[in-house]
Amino acid sequence: MSILIYTESENGMFKKSALELASYARAIADKLRVELIAVSFNHKDHQTLGAYGVERVVQISDPSLENFTALTYAENLASVALANQVNLVVLSSSANAKYLAPLLAVSLSAGYASNVIGLPESFDYLTVKRSCFTNKAYNTCVLDNDINILGLSTNSFGINENHKEILVEDKSANLTKTNFEVERIEKSSGQVSIADADIVVSGGRGLKGPENWHLIEDLASTLGAATACSKPVSDMGWRPHSEHVGQTGKPVASNLYIAIGVSGAIQHLAGINSSKVKLVINSDPEAPFFKAADYGVVGDAFEVVPELIEKLKAFKS
Amino acid sequence: MKILVCISNVPDTTSKINFTNDSKAFDKNGVQFIINPNDEFGLTRAVWFQQKQKAEVTVVTVGDLSCEPILRKCLAIGADKAIRIDLNPTDGFQVAQQLSFLCKEENYDLIIAGRESIDYNGAMVPGMLSALMGYNFVTNCVVLEIKDNFAKVSREIDGGIETVSCQLPLVIGAQKGLVEEKDLIIPNMRGIMQARQKSLTVLPAIESDVKSVITKFEKPAPKGAVKMVDPNQIDQLIDLLHKDARVI
Repeated sequence: MSILIYTESENGMFKKSALELASYARAIADKLRVELIAVSFNHKDHQTLGAYGVERVVQISDPSLENFTALTYAENLASVALANQVNLVVLSSSANAKYLAPLLAVSLSAGYASNVIGLPESFDYLTVKRSCFTNKAYNTCVLDNDINILGLSTNSFGINENHKEILVEDKSANLTKTNFEVERIEKSSGQVSIADADIVVSGGRGLKGPENWHLIEDLASTLGAATACSKPVSDMGWRPHSEHVGQTGKPVASNLYIAIGVSGAIQHLAGINSSKVKLVINSDPEAPFFKAADYGVVGDAFEVVPELIEKLKAFKS
Repeated sequence: MKILVCISNVPDTTSKINFTNDSKAFDKNGVQFIINPNDEFGLTRAVWFQQKQKAEVTVVTVGDLSCEPILRKCLAIGADKAIRIDLNPTDGFQVAQQLSFLCKEENYDLIIAGRESIDYNGAMVPGMLSALMGYNFVTNCVVLEIKDNFAKVSREIDGGIETVSCQLPLVIGAQKGLVEEKDLIIPNMRGIMQARQKSLTVLPAIESDVKSVITKFEKPAPKGAVKMVDPNQIDQLIDLLHKDARVI
């Protein structure tokens, strides 16, 4: 018996979600007294993983793995899982992890629960709580299979250091020939992605037009935050779809979510519900968002936000 | 080109979410059901292929009789025919397996499903279906072009867009962006009348496996009251975010 995690890296660094995954799986490994194995692709920084509780890392390196492809990555994870009698695989909720999870589940005949929000409630029959109805509810789910896969919700467990002596194993890649080719990747440069951000600053119709978005962008850059928007804003083309957060857009699970001029429709609230702290700035004291907020400011965004930016800059320095 | 669009019957996005007294099921009382929005983006793109590239569009759902109104709506939107696989499914794997039985019979070139349903948010059916069929798969799909036997597909990744090319058959996890909100088709009277004449076939479920069982639903604990800060006291706001919430 052992636990496997897929630790993702970007620009030569493990992603924060990979460290959260290691911390989470460490807690399970301690409880079950089993080994925790990490798999990383084209990345050799095992010390970092050791600091968060990983005992063994399988490094798979091959130039053809440079671009993520769900099928090839899933195949390689499956082969490590089978070679090590893994009975629990834990994945993050990144776009790539959610992409490969169902493929891995079929390949291992495993059960799969996504959006898991905490440690399993029971291991006799693996029982986990997960969010559903776009964060408007939770369900408890029992997975009674030889191998199970859990997808951990971003920012739901936290990162804990836990130093272990780490064993490094190099493994050659399984490469099946496919007719599937990654042609290009366009990254929005210099911006924090909503998925990885600690802080997200979001604007709604209250900003009156795309020409006023510098307020959102300035506040976001002051805080090192990602920018987001409400559905009407993306539908009107003020901002790209990739910034739309809510039920049909992206989920946000940041530490701080700042909503400016967003009224707080139920679909929007659902999408940002798993953010830890919500600050709402709106000129309408009746805006429904205040009911879901932790901190609220009733005021004109065009006055409050510039002052907030200025004072935050002073605070940061 | 034969296209299959997999449809999920979900509560309207504005629904209040409640559960039955034993917490074991979603309380459907007074709830209006709609086509899962991610599926509807996919269906709209499929109808575009039907109109521009002579594709044949079939919609399918795995569900009981109560799912038929949304299948009729799909027909009114433009799908050519509908199939209901008669099973109230227990989990996503079971849905994927049921769909795979149909796909093995029909050999669709393109299978479109929403990247996830907005009720269970499992995000597993399209991926599992592709794996069961051995087909190519792209999820979070925001661009889909097809020429002859080749697809060019873009998917949203964390912080960007990735574009891939691959051969059909292909399974797509659709989401907003694949078509714009304004492109969504509101059925007109002619479409609704035509939908009545189109075929809606009910297929019996084939024995399939279940990998997970939901034992309980619950709602989040009510949250504490909002702390209001005077707009002239921005220093106090920063102080609260720093010392009270510890997020900056």
